[in-house]
Amino acid sequence: MLWLHRYAKLVAASTVLLIAAGGMVTSTGSGLSVPDWPNSYGYFMFSFPLDKMVGGIRYEHSHRLIASTVGFLTIILAAWTWRVEPRRWVRWLGVAALGAVILQGLLGGLTVLFFLPAPISIGHAGLAQLFFCITLSLALFTSPGWRATVDPVDDPTLRRIALTTTAMIYCQIVLGAAMRHLGAGPAIPDFPLAFGHVVPPQWSVPIALHFAHRLGALLVTTAIVATAGHVWYHYGRRRELTRPATLLVLFVFVQIALGAFVVWSGLQPIVNTAHVVNGALVLGTSIVLTLRSFRIRFERVAEATPRRTVMPHAPAEVA
Amino acid sequence: MRIRNLRPAAVLALAASALFLVACGGKQEARPAAPPADAKRVDESKAGTVTGRVLLQGTPPANAAIKMGADPVCVSSNKGPATFETFVVNNGGLENVFVYVKDGLVNYYFDTPTEPVRLEQSGCRYHPHVFGIRVGQPLEIINSDDTLHNVHAVANVNQEFNFGQQMKGMRQTKTFTAREVMVPIKCDVHGWMSSYAGVLDHPFFAVTANGGAFELKNLPAGTYTIEAWHEKLGTQTQSVTLGEKEAKTITFTFQAAIGS
Repeated sequence: MLWLHRYAKLVAASTVLLIAAGGMVTSTGSGLSVPDWPNSYGYFMFSFPLDKMVGGIRYEHSHRLIASTVGFLTIILAAWTWRVEPRRWVRWLGVAALGAVILQGLLGGLTVLFFLPAPISIGHAGLAQLFFCITLSLALFTSPGWRATVDPVDDPTLRRIALTTTAMIYCQIVLGAAMRHLGAGPAIPDFPLAFGHVVPPQWSVPIALHFAHRLGALLVTTAIVATAGHVWYHYGRRRELTRPATLLVLFVFVQIALGAFVVWSGLQPIVNTAHVVNGALVLGTSIVLTLRSFRIRFERVAEATPRRTVMPHAPAEVA
Repeated sequence: MRIRNLRPAAVLALAASALFLVACGGKQEARPAAPPADAKRVDESKAGTVTGRVLLQGTPPANAAIKMGADPVCVSSNKGPATFETFVVNNGGLENVFVYVKDGLVNYYFDTPTEPVRLEQSGCRYHPHVFGIRVGQPLEIINSDDTLHNVHAVANVNQEFNFGQQMKGMRQTKTFTAREVMVPIKCDVHGWMSSYAGVLDHPFFAVTANGGAFELKNLPAGTYTIEAWHEKLGTQTQSVTLGEKEAKTITFTFQAAIGS
């Protein structure tokens, strides 16, 4: 089971790399540099010549190769989890990861074939984050720390604010994706002001989207600081809660700084992509904190769920 | 799970797929309208000409440098530093401006040319950078480079297209089915490559050259709106009334400061 946990962490880490590769595709405007799918310029994806990976193709084709690798790793993760994991809901979470990565691949292909329609591209970006959350959750649920927890925190307030914060972060990420895919990134060219004012003096859909993302950042930061403050104040000795809470605050301030640099650099692709990747880390950390705040509920579910007979070669598990 | 239980899910999936296809199906293919029953041809013996120049007032902005390092073939096929073709100015005249009759042609019928317009990718640039083409006229796109390109027409009225030409010598023919000024054409592999097609249902268009000069000939008598389009400076229009066999000269003047 320890190796399954390590493997799930590897898949989650690979997903971060995949999000970075996808971020570079959008940031460099390379989404349509390979016009066909699932082939690449008529070549089978894995036989595309390396010397032809020039210009925008480097980003788009690399993204496809990394995505295929993550897809393959996810198949193994789902099969492995199904085979050795005694908790049924964790087994099904592995299946959900596989379903999500297949759907994600289809969305990626469709967005190329239909010339990057915003709803599909935004859906592709949003599902990427959900898939990351699933792989991260699998890594958490299979971790020794999760299974060894004997005295989980039972705090309805913490559960409520942590869950709300995670939902807010996800909405903020989807709003950011909408901003990117609708070309609203450069709509407000200055920061922290907007056209030299606190509130934009002129309005259009891109300006409204961009400004909403900035307001969203304020709200999300407030929610994160409130959640972390609650954890530190009430559970300062519970490292399984204070660690993600501290990381969360750190990541969100890095995220604000990166957002500022995205504007100041005129949407420089690497800065832009770092903002996307760090956004995923904010969400991932918040998911871990939220799941740990719900740990006691999982225990009850686990107790209520009939166990599957464990394979003779698999180590016995305690949920 | 019994098959009966799958039915609602299957119906939902089918409905979702249908909705998705409708949502993503792109634009309806616009076909050239059939000529009206009373449509007439231009009598060239009575036709006039509009000539003129497009001027750029002020100091022309310097064209930005192109960094071709992303593809060694592009670097080697360009001697010296390459720049964008946004502002091509000679003797105060602005080139690469698309000038055309926007409005005023009523009840005329024009044969669609069968001779293709050629768009060549050479030295990782499009040649020509700005061109006019008729609705239904073939557009032959050729790759003359030792590298691969994708050809992506970002049309709003016409059907958007994107295809690859991975080898030197590859050529493909496309047609536009509706009037549209302008259709940007770009290569997403080499982000600096851009071309603009003015798609019209009549032959009265020109792209400025030789110091911003243009000529619209064989234009029947009438009152017309003439528009000049530039990729950075936008558009300007003028109204021109032309008599039979008359020749008129007009001038468009763009301000350089707007484009800087």
